Amino acid sequence: MAADLLTHVLRQGDRALVLSHRLAQWITHAPTLEEDVALANISLDLLGQARHLFTYAGELEGEGHDEDHFAYWRDASEFRNPLLVEQPNGDFAVTIARQVFHDQAAVLYWESMTDSGDPTIAALAARARNETAFHLQHSAGWLIRLGDGTDESRRRAQAAVDAMWPFTSELLGADDEGALRADGLIGESIESTWQVAVADILLGAGLERPTSTEQCTGGLHGAHSEHLEPLLHEMQGLARAHPGATW
Amino acid sequence: MTGLLDIVRSVDDPELPHLTIGDLGMVRDVAVDGRIARIRITPTYTGCPATEQIRADVEAAVIHAGYEPVVEFEMAPPWSTDDISPEGRAKLHAAGIAPPAPTGDGPVSLDLPMPCPQCGSRRTRLTSAFGATACKALHVCDACRQPFESFKAI
Repeated sequence: MAADLLTHVLRQGDRALVLSHRLAQWITHAPTLEEDVALANISLDLLGQARHLFTYAGELEGEGHDEDHFAYWRDASEFRNPLLVEQPNGDFAVTIARQVFHDQAAVLYWESMTDSGDPTIAALAARARNETAFHLQHSAGWLIRLGDGTDESRRRAQAAVDAMWPFTSELLGADDEGALRADGLIGESIESTWQVAVADILLGAGLERPTSTEQCTGGLHGAHSEHLEPLLHEMQGLARAHPGATW
Repeated sequence: MTGLLDIVRSVDDPELPHLTIGDLGMVRDVAVDGRIARIRITPTYTGCPATEQIRADVEAAVIHAGYEPVVEFEMAPPWSTDDISPEGRAKLHAAGIAPPAPTGDGPVSLDLPMPCPQCGSRRTRLTSAFGATACKALHVCDACRQPFESFKAI
């Protein structure tokens, strides 16, 4: 059970960390100055959530590892994030489609975790839920503007939704967490609520909900796409070049 | 221990220098046992980069007062903008930052127009939900034509 909980916490921490890094890659490249600031803020919130989750993972693991260990000293196959968050930023529409799918899942996940039987996770969930609600307002607002904007923005938004859709099932939970659920440590499945909420957002944006049922999975078990390693190389390079350095 | 509590509460927030961590409602408890002072503080946003600076500033203030500090951050119950004191809200307003609306139960939609801290008009628009720090949003006032920040209700 303790190992199951550790895996769960790492999946969530890795999700937040990897997406945080992806969003940070937009800094100085976003379409407007305000958007630069917004993506940086969302990235920072996710980084904060990841830090709390990794610190807790260290306690659960009991081997004296701190948050930096989990961020900097594991290789790609040890990461447990869903494949969606490691997908490249693409154009702005891809980033927004990825963010909408993620944020809607994150809002529902943290909401469900406020009742977790694990007091540490429940306390974090109460904060993260409120922060994540702002992220979803932002990303869903953009998807509606892109879908309901010009022909070109609509075409790109639909292409982005179609491209990110095959990576969504992993956001809705893992297939090996039944014991955690039975023990009240994680909440009920968010899948049906997520499907309805995302269908609503797509409808509001005038975009088609993809009909394909094919899904890419594996990230939750450490089988990643080719995109994670270059991301980790960038993120971990400084820490690995100067082990133990402080500044 | 009122003296030490006041000292801890009067530590400035690093990102809102006109406000103290007491104004923000971050200080949960100060307990003194001999020379040891245990300070319990609640962070605001989970990703707030000021947290480590606040720890260092509180430790320095407590050492200056002659105690040995043990600073603990606690997550539960979660901090809310409702914890900001009336003095804190007044200071925000005086600094040109619209104070947060009461949250009730959860985050407040940013769609409701914030009153302009400069002219008081409600003819304002949200320009971005994310500002120069994690806790603020950006607005513009259509009455006095000035941009302003608000403290996000959370």
